[in-house]
Amino acid sequence: MKFTYFFTRRLFHSILVLVGLSILIFIIARILPGDPARLALGPFASKENVAHLRHEMGMDKPLHLQYVAYIKGIFHGDLGLSFQTRRSVSLDIAHYLPATIELVMASIVWVLVIGVPFGVLAGRYKDSWLDNLSRVVAFIGVAVPPFVVGLMGQLIFSYGLGILPTTGRLSLLMPPPPTRTGFLIVDSLIAGNFTALGDAFVHILLPSFAIAMTGIGQIARLTRGSVSDVLGKDYIEAARAFGIPDRYVTFKYMLKPSFIAPLTILGLTFASELGNAFLVETVFGWPGMAKYGIRAILRKDFNAIMGIVLIIGLAFVVVNFIVDVLAGYVDPRIRIREEE
Amino acid sequence: MEADESALPLEGSKITITSWMAFKDKIGRGWYRFRRNPISLAGGSMVLLVILLAILAPYVTPYPRHAGAFTDFSSTFQAPSGSHWFGTDEVGRDVFTRVIFGYRVSLMMAVVVLGLSVPFGVFLGLVAGYFSGRIETVIMRTTDIFLALPPLVMALAICSAFTPTIEKAMLAVASIWWTWHCRLIAGITRSIKTEEFVQASQAIGSSHARILFKDILPNCASALMVKITLDAGFVILVGAGLSFLGLGVQPPKPGLGTMISYGAQHLPMKWWLTVFPSLAIFFLILGFNLLGDGLRDMLDVEAEGI
Repeated sequence: MKFTYFFTRRLFHSILVLVGLSILIFIIARILPGDPARLALGPFASKENVAHLRHEMGMDKPLHLQYVAYIKGIFHGDLGLSFQTRRSVSLDIAHYLPATIELVMASIVWVLVIGVPFGVLAGRYKDSWLDNLSRVVAFIGVAVPPFVVGLMGQLIFSYGLGILPTTGRLSLLMPPPPTRTGFLIVDSLIAGNFTALGDAFVHILLPSFAIAMTGIGQIARLTRGSVSDVLGKDYIEAARAFGIPDRYVTFKYMLKPSFIAPLTILGLTFASELGNAFLVETVFGWPGMAKYGIRAILRKDFNAIMGIVLIIGLAFVVVNFIVDVLAGYVDPRIRIREEE
Repeated sequence: MEADESALPLEGSKITITSWMAFKDKIGRGWYRFRRNPISLAGGSMVLLVILLAILAPYVTPYPRHAGAFTDFSSTFQAPSGSHWFGTDEVGRDVFTRVIFGYRVSLMMAVVVLGLSVPFGVFLGLVAGYFSGRIETVIMRTTDIFLALPPLVMALAICSAFTPTIEKAMLAVASIWWTWHCRLIAGITRSIKTEEFVQASQAIGSSHARILFKDILPNCASALMVKITLDAGFVILVGAGLSFLGLGVQPPKPGLGTMISYGAQHLPMKWWLTVFPSLAIFFLILGFNLLGDGLRDMLDVEAEGI
């Protein structure tokens, strides 16, 4: 199958998922809770006020028209007003999102830097102590809730050893670098402010690791499995029989096909880490989406909830699209399987 | 372990199972392998221990009254000791007792969520896999939409539409959980439906229901068993997360996630309030995962989506 065909198919599929997702979110936010206007104003608001707000929110129109209006708004970057901050939800999200993305990106780095090499070594030296260790790490990683990893990390490294900070993205007395991208690490690099960079780095270590824990174990096991599969293949045997040096066999023939399986689930890892970020941000007082989102949920701020869920869904769909296309590009077999 | 496997006439995953009897047979022979695997035995014992403790909670815990809105201000924040193994909390309740009662909620969560979502997901999966065409497209694309969000975020969004209680949290998680089972079963069904014994069944005029539930479903049973075991741990994890964020178990009811979230406010001095519930939840989920892994070896499951 031609790559362009594969690409358009995946793109079409992603758009379909996004449309479905917007309908689902619309149902959750507009139909399940009963009357958002009443919830927003509280039980003591007068009927006239509620009716007025319903009209203002366009909720007196038929549902399908409301949905159309909602979609139109999305395309204009308008996700409605947040009841709690009295600001536009898109502004709020733009304000809180970078912190979360930075955190999740850092945890993906943990996964790639620890999980992948660990898995390669475990697969290369099967049934060695390293392999057993990777098994233990995977089991622990899946069984410990991320907020527990965070809390235990705080207990050991912050309260016990006193080497890592407990909360926040920067120390209280540290002047933040001028905001360009919202990513503190990038911003402090742009500003050339290396003290801030170091401070931001120290602050992100623990929370990002807490989020990454599950992913590290999963990716390590998956990489291990696919490395040991590839090592059993005839062409590796043949390469060895030709007397090609071991190091060369590993780097030239083994690694690329071994990375395809972990690559395909990296999108799912990203999604679950976005979810875990909600828990870990709470532990570390990280000023990201979770803090905003949870407050929105507790206060029934539906526009904000819809906006956040939509953004997370969008992030997931985009990341998965990239991962799928990348995998299909690297491995033609995936493209062919799609056709069947 | 490898040597045992080759010595035994065990069937591989490629051999299809034609009836529920054959599945029972497979379990019987797998049990031998299960018994000899220390990891699966450990997992099984851990889960069994927690289930027993949870069921017998009022009898095995030292202070059953502390499971509710009990207060004893003369013994608040006591460190772990002989009389309070896990210490006491901010109103003087025994943490050990509350952890054991917390297990009840966690296990109930797993039972309710999987009890609701698995039959639904399995049914849709069978239908989607067996009847290809439009019906399959609709079902599978719907699962795609649900899978586009992390389970926790989806559950959060649904929970937000209601007043937060543990029952609502269970319903919210159940309403998204069916997708995983649906995809798993659809995949297996798709590969099984072209087998000869299914065609034979079709040829003698068996009803769709008979083919789905008596011919195809037994082939999904192994994968389903493993999936449900692993999922039990995962559901408990999500439930603990919801409770941790204040959207699950509401105090004074003891929930492990809720206890951890309250305990975290008293770190590092009153460490036992956080550490013991955390260990408890780790123990249970680890047990389910080890058990699921053991079952996977025992039943030789190699399906996608597990």
